[in-house]
Amino acid sequence: MTDHVSSNWTVSTRTRGSSLSMLLVLAAVILAFATPLIASRAVIQDLFFILTMLVLAQCWNLLAGYAGLVSVGQQVFVGFGAYAMFAGVSLLGMDPMAAIVLGGLAALALSVPTAFFVFRLQGAYFAIGTWVIAEVVRLALAQWKALGGGTGTSLPSGATRDMFGVRFVADLLGVRGPQATDIVCYWLALLLAVAAIGSIYKLLRSRQGLGLAAVRDNREAARSIGVDPLWTRSFVYLVAALATGLTGALIYVQKARISPDAAFSVPDWTAYVIFIVVIGGIGTIEGPIVGVIVFYILRNLLADYGSWYLLILGLIGILIMLLAPRGLWGLFTDRTGIQLFPVRRILADRTKTKDDRGSD
Amino acid sequence: MSWLDTIVQGIMLGGLYALFAAGLSLVFGIMRLVNLAHGDLIVLAAFLILLLITALGLNPFLAAFVALPVMFALGWALQYVVLNRTLGDDILPPLLVTFGLSVVIQNGLLEGFSADSRRISAGMLETASLQIGPVSIGTMPLLTFASAVGVIVALNLLFYRTSLGRAFRATSDDSATAGLMGIRAERIFATATGLAMMVVTIAALYLGTRANFDPTMGPARLIYAFEAVIIGGLGSFWGTLAGGIIIGVAQTAGAAINPEWQILAGHIAFLLVLIVRPRGLFPRAVD
Repeated sequence: MTDHVSSNWTVSTRTRGSSLSMLLVLAAVILAFATPLIASRAVIQDLFFILTMLVLAQCWNLLAGYAGLVSVGQQVFVGFGAYAMFAGVSLLGMDPMAAIVLGGLAALALSVPTAFFVFRLQGAYFAIGTWVIAEVVRLALAQWKALGGGTGTSLPSGATRDMFGVRFVADLLGVRGPQATDIVCYWLALLLAVAAIGSIYKLLRSRQGLGLAAVRDNREAARSIGVDPLWTRSFVYLVAALATGLTGALIYVQKARISPDAAFSVPDWTAYVIFIVVIGGIGTIEGPIVGVIVFYILRNLLADYGSWYLLILGLIGILIMLLAPRGLWGLFTDRTGIQLFPVRRILADRTKTKDDRGSD
Repeated sequence: MSWLDTIVQGIMLGGLYALFAAGLSLVFGIMRLVNLAHGDLIVLAAFLILLLITALGLNPFLAAFVALPVMFALGWALQYVVLNRTLGDDILPPLLVTFGLSVVIQNGLLEGFSADSRRISAGMLETASLQIGPVSIGTMPLLTFASAVGVIVALNLLFYRTSLGRAFRATSDDSATAGLMGIRAERIFATATGLAMMVVTIAALYLGTRANFDPTMGPARLIYAFEAVIIGGLGSFWGTLAGGIIIGVAQTAGAAINPEWQILAGHIAFLLVLIVRPRGLFPRAVD
């Protein structure tokens, strides 16, 4: 994208490697799409987990890394989206795939009154305020007896087997029903991850993205040049809620069993996500991708050690925050200068390309 | 249970929440640091007291007394070595480091003490009660409330009557200028966190004697403490006590209607105050 600066200069976010990296990303997506043709069910389930955590991490990073909104309450949108999906399937008899959309919209609807409360709080108080809201919603949903109250409930048997596309995939690939459900969920997760990363990348390269960074870095200065901090932040908060709700609903279609404590779990949906972003590198699109891979490797290495796993993850998170606040990707970029998703605006000489002047 | 009784019990419970909150209020007032591990540090102190009781056979009050300097040293070191590095204009490092600390303490306690519920036995005091007019008040809840008032009086005296308190206030207002006057901010901050950990130890004693506790209950205590601080208004210790009482009364009143509504009622009271008075009831600090 380009902005008017002067006739001979252009502001661009493109770097020399970025067109090449787009090709790499495209190849990776095609490869990921084709994976179910060759991979086993366990691999597909692991990839599903990685992709859904990646979307949650990108959403949290959008809030904390770009908008300066540190939320410890994003589990509210995971849980609310999942519960809305369950209500759609169990109580309204909807197709699970339509119910996932319902879950996302429900999370979006919830984020409006939530924003009204938490945007009254600044900085650290915003963090705990979001947490209080998450607790209120969890305790309130635990009272909903039709969906199992405090002990939770399961999806009606056969609901995910009859989900749109599952039978088609089962026939096409010659696999059994449950495996076909996993494959459909995996493709949905892949779609969600690509859409989330693509939209965030597009947003950050746009005028709104520039405004967002301006508000994060200096609220007053941003206001003085006409950026509305409340509107900018609210917009990002609502978008993150929608994507988090969709992801929550999708995760629980695959799990097929829900309870308030699991769906609103702080460790599962917020602590892991925060550590993924911090370890990978906050404030970059690449960071959560690196972080989720490290997270997955650590999880497999330490799977047998129970609470040691979270303890070590916490220690790594603290050390990275103290010693290398820009995470592993930040260290890598500092050494190599490579950026897969460049969003920084670079002033480039335009005299050689006079022909396209004013074409934006 | 009569309504008068419910309200009195709520006020007593509010004393406990004010104890949870006083340490948080102290640290925030001086260095604008919100310690997300505050609740877990309370639980850690409760396990320390329990350990001292079982290992040395001490009386719970004596064990808490022994734990006070240990927790002060822990708080001092934590602030000096770790948290001071995170202070600055950016709110991300302190939040994320203390969040990591919360997860580390919780899982460390789970490894060390298992997920079993524990309790600190206060012996005869647990069942003793005082009859005042139509209501009877348990001795332990009354002691909790009296301790909360005592802690808040002591903190106010410290803040407004001693040279340390003057240093606290000066550093809070303008740490650069305070530094020019020979105050070393990093030591002042460490002392403040050490003091907050002493308040945490007192809170832990009453947490452990009042009900069962386990390694995972820290975050909920943090939330109650935070709500009390916000309701009271930043920078006012008496406001924090009032905030604790409001949460406590809302919880016991909610529980009187339906036991499942106890926690929810406390949170809703907090949200209502937030709508009506976004800066709390007795705001002092301009922030």
